[in-house]
Amino acid sequence: MTDGWVMVIGLEVHCELKTTTKLFCGCPNMFGNEPNTNVCPVCLGLPGSLPVLNQKAVEMAMAIGTALNCEIRPSTFHRKNYFYPDQAKDYQISQYDEPINVDGWLELPDGFRVGIERAHMEEDTGKTTHAGVTGRIHGADYSLVDYNRSGVPLVEIVSCPDLRTSAQARAYVTELRSVLVATGASDGKMEEGSMRVDANVSVRRSADDPFGTRCEIKNLNSVRSVGRAIDYEAGRQIALIESGEQIMQQTRHWDEDASRTVMLRSKEDAYDYRYFLEPDLVPLVPDSDWKEAVADALGMMPAQRRARLADLLRDAGNVTDARTEQVATVVDLGLDDLVVEAIAGGIPTALALARTANEAAADPEAARQLDPGSFVTLLSMEAAGTLSSTQAKTVLAELLAAGGGDPSAIAREKGFEAMSDNLLSVTVAHAIEGNPDEWARYCAGEDKLAQVFIGQVMKSTRGQANGKAVVAELQRLRG
Amino acid sequence: MVDTPRLTREDVAHVAGLARLHLSDEELDLFTGQLAVVLDHAADVALLDLADVPPTAHAMAVINVLRPDIPGQTVDREEVLAAAPSVEDHRFRVPRILGEAP
Repeated sequence: MTDGWVMVIGLEVHCELKTTTKLFCGCPNMFGNEPNTNVCPVCLGLPGSLPVLNQKAVEMAMAIGTALNCEIRPSTFHRKNYFYPDQAKDYQISQYDEPINVDGWLELPDGFRVGIERAHMEEDTGKTTHAGVTGRIHGADYSLVDYNRSGVPLVEIVSCPDLRTSAQARAYVTELRSVLVATGASDGKMEEGSMRVDANVSVRRSADDPFGTRCEIKNLNSVRSVGRAIDYEAGRQIALIESGEQIMQQTRHWDEDASRTVMLRSKEDAYDYRYFLEPDLVPLVPDSDWKEAVADALGMMPAQRRARLADLLRDAGNVTDARTEQVATVVDLGLDDLVVEAIAGGIPTALALARTANEAAADPEAARQLDPGSFVTLLSMEAAGTLSSTQAKTVLAELLAAGGGDPSAIAREKGFEAMSDNLLSVTVAHAIEGNPDEWARYCAGEDKLAQVFIGQVMKSTRGQANGKAVVAELQRLRG
Repeated sequence: MVDTPRLTREDVAHVAGLARLHLSDEELDLFTGQLAVVLDHAADVALLDLADVPPTAHAMAVINVLRPDIPGQTVDREEVLAAAPSVEDHRFRVPRILGEAP
């Protein structure tokens, strides 16, 4: 950020709900199908068709509201009218002045709380493809429309203008994504468009000044572009003000390839959406029993899950920055249950965390399917020294590929039998003979030279030796 | 009859513009008169004391009409596209769009 300026950022996040069917009709809610195959009279806006609200979508919206500490309120649906062919009806059904969720907050991992103004339900639009030279609207001769996505349930989460840096905005999107996945409402796949972000950005000289004129940036489809677009936009606004110009309220488009925002429309072109109550839908009024049932069904949120692991680390006296980072990784990937089960199974905390955050996390999809029992058995073999860490990692890779199995059987198959103490002593003695200078320095107290001998022993045993056992033998010989 | 602001010709032109309707001068005069009569009729409601009545779009007090999340019948794509004025690549082909999506 340029010196002497502060940013104000508010984010609007559209989240597709992973229901089986669309919001107002029974068409499949499915990404990537053949164009215009998941359509019916309702989502095509044919005359005489009537929308009926999907109960599961409502429950997912309530789950999101609960997870974001919102008040869940009686709500209504409106028609938002506009002329654009991505809705065949010429209007989008959305919640307007009475959204289902209001006044919540999301706490970021560093403890900063971002206010949530509202999280309302609406239907997604169809997908338009612009034919012509550029693939963009400008210069397109015509457009092609696929209505498979039209009517897919969305929840739009609107933050308060509480964010002050692009890093904070990225942290917010990352944490919100984890929360949405944890509620079971979203698959969190930003690359497939299941989460789309718009950012409102303004700048001012000091935190005591009133808010500056803001611009809204659309088309932010990754956490990375959220950060880059905000930084670019703030820089653009600062340069304008410093050259004596005024910021015009605009909607701008983030062009990822060109790394800049371009104007879509100014406030003067703002649409009059002629909102009015959707006459084909009745009010949605969740009672307290329903709200409680949704809250009870909600699993632990990422913040609680991080705290759970942090407590276990603290109990084991094992807190370091690196481990705190590992905790964030395993929670983000939904692998924290593996760690908790392993610790409960008697595995040292640091080992359980390291194998999960480093090796299991390499294939999170497989790791989520992994039988915790096999994982715990494997780690106890490593902890007991029956397997070296190199061997344990190899067996873990096999377990992940197969979705489980018997670690001892796999170890036998690979020829990972523990070395006998006798063979180990012989091999260590041999390594010492070959490196007399290093041995002398090791005996004089240069402990780090143990690595030289471990390396030698590993080489001559092709990785079968246990590093800890080698060190123990070295220490025994040093006396 | 209560004293409500009378609908103007400009109001009608604005609303017509939002609906992308192009009205001639004669049509504007005609519809301004007709719409004013309709609004006057609805204005009778303003005579009632409705301070305690919440706004609604429905005559019946029905809430929470929901359906289970179970797939229903989709329409065959060929049938859907056969009804479209123009089709390309199994998609609806529409004229060049002015301006971006809202």
